[in-house]
Formats: sequence, structure tokens, C-alpha cells
Amino acid sequence: METVDFLMQGFGIALTPTNLLLAFVGCFLGTVIGALPGLGPSNGVAILIPLAFTLGLDATEALILLTSVYYGAMYGGRISSILLNIPGDEPALMTTLDGHPMAKKGRAGEALALSGVASFVGGFFATVGLVILAPIMTKVALLFGPAEYFALFVLAFATLGGVASRNQAKAAMAAAFGLALAMVGMDHSSGTARFTYGEMHLMHGIDFLVAIVGLFAIAEVLLFLEHRGQDSAIGLALGRITVPVKTLAKCGWTMVRSTAIGFVAGVLPGAGASLGSFVAYTIEKKIVDKDKTFGTGDPRGVAAPEAGNNAAAGGALVPMLTLGVPGSGTTAVLLAMLMTLNITPGPLLFQQQPDVVWGLIAALFIGNVMLLVMNIPLVGIFVRLLTVPPQILMPAVAMIAFVGIYSISGSAFDLMVMMGFGVIGYLCRKLDIPTVPIILGILLGNQMENNLRRALSISDGDWTILVGSPLAIGLWVAAVVGFVAPLLIGRYLRPRRPVQDVAEPD
Amino acid sequence: MSDRLLGGIVLLLAIVIVVAASQIKAALVFDPLGPQTFPIVIGIVLGLASLYPILRPDPKPNWPTLGRLGDIALVLVILVAYAQLLRPLGFVLATFLASGLLSWRLGARPLTAIAAGVGIAVGIYAVFHLILGLSLARGPWGF
Repeated sequence: METVDFLMQGFGIALTPTNLLLAFVGCFLGTVIGALPGLGPSNGVAILIPLAFTLGLDATEALILLTSVYYGAMYGGRISSILLNIPGDEPALMTTLDGHPMAKKGRAGEALALSGVASFVGGFFATVGLVILAPIMTKVALLFGPAEYFALFVLAFATLGGVASRNQAKAAMAAAFGLALAMVGMDHSSGTARFTYGEMHLMHGIDFLVAIVGLFAIAEVLLFLEHRGQDSAIGLALGRITVPVKTLAKCGWTMVRSTAIGFVAGVLPGAGASLGSFVAYTIEKKIVDKDKTFGTGDPRGVAAPEAGNNAAAGGALVPMLTLGVPGSGTTAVLLAMLMTLNITPGPLLFQQQPDVVWGLIAALFIGNVMLLVMNIPLVGIFVRLLTVPPQILMPAVAMIAFVGIYSISGSAFDLMVMMGFGVIGYLCRKLDIPTVPIILGILLGNQMENNLRRALSISDGDWTILVGSPLAIGLWVAAVVGFVAPLLIGRYLRPRRPVQDVAEPD
Repeated sequence: MSDRLLGGIVLLLAIVIVVAASQIKAALVFDPLGPQTFPIVIGIVLGLASLYPILRPDPKPNWPTLGRLGDIALVLVILVAYAQLLRPLGFVLATFLASGLLSWRLGARPLTAIAAGVGIAVGIYAVFHLILGLSLARGPWGF
């Protein structure tokens, strides 16, 4: 019952006027970001981090704002999937399959309302799952020593390419590249400068915010240049934005099952929201699609992926908050924010700063309710925003990215580094190299090295300590399985319709 | 071909990392590994991973046409110039120029692009500086 007390305390924090306002602003911005094609959750959160930071928000406030954006983006992605047949972000890809056909049949309003409800169910119960699972995970996490942490980092990198990864060598390459970038700068335990080549700006290492904004936001602008001229006109009537009780009842079990699947996919390393929605849709199709109506505008085909991706978004917060090891792109970006605020996620966070964690969790519950309210009656506003032409939207995104980075450092050098990462990000997207492992490498590289060095200091240079406990061995086995599995089964877990390179990874 | 080139460049980078890392010397080392071991391990992993695309390259990606590549290069030049001109020109003027040009290259008509530039520059200045109090680059005329 300790958990309930903490949660009540969390609501006390989240229900202050400032925090409610931040949650509202975050939900609104998140929905917009999710809805606009080409701007997804990781992108949106990345651009907003420097801003939240320079606005002087404290840790709890910043977290509430940005996780509201994250949840909001999961809701928003469905809007353009249903109306335009263009996924607003990658997790919303599966929603196009039945959502757009429903819209073409004149049931766009119904599809939007139903997907709003499904998103709510997924998001709400995943947050409940987070409340139950997080305290258990923190107890497990307390058993981790340096050797186990090192193995855990290896596991995170080995699985980050994703179960649906096409090319594991490229995922490994991206991870190693990110780790190498983390090595730039001062080595704190010996005081030696590494890979700085006399450049003063590099002594403190490469700022991960600069890298993230470059890899996501600037790369996105460059991709847009290439694909310019795509139409974004909406010619569909919305109809009434309600959903008949009969349809809801028909989708009840679908939502329950998809929530469970999505949550598990979110908690597991290397899966994330995209896979959550994909697996939820596929399994649902196997179970209930007796009349072969999936793909032709079946409401259950809209409810399944939406419940699945929102549940996965909640589930992905579990490893990020309890172990400090994110399993998806957006949670990696959230981790970057925590690190900027000097908060180290992990079991100690729950003990030492319960206000931050439980305030955040309470804010997620509140945000979900806000999002439901915002996304059903007010969906018309978001639909209108979709008509903003990319010729205006993309320059604005680029400029806001510059403003954010400039405001934290005030140096043109960082802006140039950001541009460099923008070019790298663009090339990665063209060459099918995942960018999330690069980010995670920069974020976790120093911790990974420190844990390795600490482990070997304990064992006095004996490498066998890395496999010295059953827990460590288990993690290594999971890492190997996670790395090899996509080679064997990845084919079956990949959406049939290839993800266009305009949709960013979650 | 793209993948082979990628693999080659990454392999070269990996060799540079391993060589440079093995030359790191610390005056005082307190742990058995020292500051060079982990970077060497990473360099080796990077090098091994780069072999696969060299040996088994993926199908050629859809590179944009030369014209579009030129556009991308031009936009990069604009953004680099923007980063350099923020201080001399001040936020509003520099942002107007950069976002207007960007909007034009993204396919807006010249007049729309000018309007977009003004809107974005003034809009960001109003929201982030006047309302939220963020410090933006100050030009010779204070905005």
C-alpha cells in the first residue's frame, strides 16, 4: 500500500496550477507534433528539451511537460494516418490500414473518436502497469553491480536495432559510432584528454542535446527538401465525431488484448511503440478477423494498433525510469533530458527523489484524461493544423531547433556541430542505419565505460567478473539472443508495407 | 556501391580510433584498464561491423536527383551562414533571411516565402523572447 501513498503524494504535486498548465500545454503540443507528418515524438521532445531547460523549469516540471508531449504525440499520430493515409509518426503506421478506409467510407469522425478512446485505454492501463511494475523493477535493479550494469548496457545496445531490424551490422555500427563519440573529451578518472585534438570546445565532450537535435530535427528538414511537393490537402469530411456504443463494445476485448501486448512490447528492450502497434494489429487480425474485414475499414483494426502503441509508450517508461536504460528512441530522448537536469534514473531515483517519479506518474494519469478530452471534441482544431503547408512548417522547425541549441550554449560552434549531425542523420536515414543507437551511445557511453572499469577494478583486472553472477550471465544470454533473433525471425515481425523514410522511428 | 563506400569510410574511422586510442597515455592510472582500453574495444567493434556492408551491401538507396542534392547543399550553406550571422545581424533579421530562403527552397512562391520569413522570425521572437523570456542573439540594434 506504500505505492498508493506515493501515488497520492504524486497527485498532490501534479495538481498544482503550474503543473496542470504544463501538462495541458504538453498534451496540446504533443498532439500537434504527432499529427504533423514528419514530426514525431522523439523529434518533438528533442527540440523542446533545450527550451524547457533554458526556461528554468525544475526537474518535475520539465518532466511533466515533456512526457505530456510524448503521450500527446502518441495520440496525435493517428490523425494524419486516418485522414491522409500518411502516418504522423512511425507507431501510427498500422493505423492507416483500417483507419483510412474508414475515413473514405465517410466514417472519419467515428474512426478518430474510436482511436481516441483506444489510445486512452492503452495509455491509462499502461500507466497503471507502470505503477505496479516500477517498484518491483527497482528492487531487482538494486541487485545490479558494475558487472551487471555493463552487461545490461550491452543488452540494450544489442537489442536496440529492434526485433524488426533489417541489418544488424548497421545497428552495431551505429551503436559503436555513438559510443566512440561519447569518448571525446576529458576522461574523468585519469584526467586525460581523449580525441580532442587541442580543440577547447571538445574538452567537455559532445553535448548530447546538440547531437539529438541535429540527428532528428535537422535531418528531418533535409529529408523534407528531398520529398517536397507532397500534397497535404484534406478532402475528407469529418462527419460526427462520436462513436456508437455498439462499436465500442465490439472493440472492448480488442483494446484489452492490445493494451497488454503493447505494454509488454514497451517494457522489453528493443521493441518500442512501433512494434507494439504492429504486433497488436497482427495478433488481433489472427484472433477476430473471421470475415476478412481487416484492411477494409474494420473498427477493430483501428482500435488495436492505437491501444497497442499508447500502451507501449507507457511500458517503455519502466526500464527508462527504473534502470536508466531506455528501450526506444523517445525514451532515449527523455533520458537525455533527465541527464541534462542532473537526475540519474535508476533504483536510487525512486528512493531519493520520489517527488519527481510519482509527480510524473500522476501527471501521466492526468495527461491521459486531458488528451481524451482534447482529442474527441477538439480534434477539429488539430485537423485544421494539418493544412499548414510544409513550406512554412519546416523552416519554423529548423529555426526553433537553432533557437533551442543557441539558448543553452550561445555558441556558433555548437550550431555547426548540430548541422554536422544533421548531415549524418540524413545519410543514416538514406542508408537505412538506425540513428537511435547513436544517440544512446553518446548518452550512455561514459556510464558504460565507468561500470566496466569499476568492475575490473573490483576484480583486479580479471575479465571473468563480467560473467561472474547468474544475473550477469542471464543478461549476456539475453543480449546474444536479442542480437541474433532479428536475423532469424525479423522477417515475420516487419510491417509488410515499408516504412517511408519520412516517418521517423519512435 | 553506397554501402561499400560507407563500410570503407567506417573501417578507416575504426582504424583511426584504435590507433589514436592506443596512443592515449595517462600520467596517473588508478584502475587496471586505464583510459585507452574501452575506446580500443569500441574501435574494434566498429571495424568488425563495417566489414558486413563491404562484403554484403544492401540494395542501392534512392538517392535524390542532382538538382535536389543541390537544394540540400544550398540549404546547408544557408543554415551555416545563419549560424555565423546570428550575432552580426541579430536574431530577427538573420532568422527572417534564413527561414524565408528555406521556405522558398521548399517550394513556396517568393512572396509567400517572404511572408513566411517575417511570420517565423517575428513569431519566434514574440513567443520565446517577449513571452517566455529566452535570451536570443542580440544584433547591433538590440533584437
